[in-house]
Amino acid sequence: MSEAPKDNGDLAPGEDDSADPRALWRGVRGYVVGLVLAGLLTIASFSAVHSGLIYGPAIPVALIALAVAQMGVHLVFFLHITTGPDDANNMLALAFGVLIVALVLVGSLLIMANLNHQMMPPDMMRQMQR
Amino acid sequence: MSATAGERGGDPHELGHDDTVPISERGPAPKRIVVAYGFWIFLLSDFILFSGFFAAYFVLSGATAGGPGGRDLFDLPLVATETIFLLLSSFACGMAGIATMARNKLWFQVAMGATGLLGAGFLALELSEFAQLISAGHGPQRSAFLSAFFALVGCHGLHVLLGLVWLTTMMAQVWAKGFRDDILRRITCFALFWHALDIIWVALFTSVYLLGTVR
Repeated sequence: MSEAPKDNGDLAPGEDDSADPRALWRGVRGYVVGLVLAGLLTIASFSAVHSGLIYGPAIPVALIALAVAQMGVHLVFFLHITTGPDDANNMLALAFGVLIVALVLVGSLLIMANLNHQMMPPDMMRQMQR
Repeated sequence: MSATAGERGGDPHELGHDDTVPISERGPAPKRIVVAYGFWIFLLSDFILFSGFFAAYFVLSGATAGGPGGRDLFDLPLVATETIFLLLSSFACGMAGIATMARNKLWFQVAMGATGLLGAGFLALELSEFAQLISAGHGPQRSAFLSAFFALVGCHGLHVLLGLVWLTTMMAQVWAKGFRDDILRRITCFALFWHALDIIWVALFTSVYLLGTVR
């Protein structure tokens, strides 16, 4: 297989282009960008709680959005899970993992909320036991 | 023979695999990519493990049994410091990866040392938080909420502890054996593990500490 020159720095985890000295600086730059973005998102998350900048009932949604954005930043800049040619399998596995995580979380919350809702009040339970 | 840049214009990542060698004749991917892929599958299974702990925590977060809730217990400045420690640790781990690319042993050891110290600082802060909670009578046996809290945060802390052990063995391996191919693959896996812990911490500090304080 002939290797096409990769100028975009899009490398799967484990892919190595150490032969190219420019790759080092590109790598450092990527981590610095990731650190700055993640830092900004972290500061935004912590300041959203008490700053009063965000309409009160919307704060949980804003926090979740910020967390998802920061996880995306970590995935792209730190773990290098991108849409590069050798990353297709990683991306597919990630999509499957996200599906299972969502099923576990949403399923548990839904079922437990439903059970809570269906539970008999204690005084009614006592009456039935007589 | 690969297509020229002009022909690839609309497909910069060659997703169409516009090569003269058909995909069935290219043979397996390089070992380092296969190893990283396998480890990524493990990490995803670890995320699924954590999703179970997260689900348990969300279900039980209101079950305080008359005891204190998240709003009364959580110390946000401490959590912010922990977050900064872990984020900088992740960055230092990235720098260790750069040093590996440059095959520079000294900078690798320096960056891994920084990674380890910041990780240990994170763990020390977390343990001091746990000790404070337990000594105030808010241990895991107090309520279902606190049981789920200690299980979830403790599971992450346990992962960080294991990561620290792995980190020291990686430093020793590079020191003793140098940048051999198998060592390089282990370094890649360790970096993936360490960054993945940071992703879990993002989910954790948002949903447990921040949302717990808001509610």
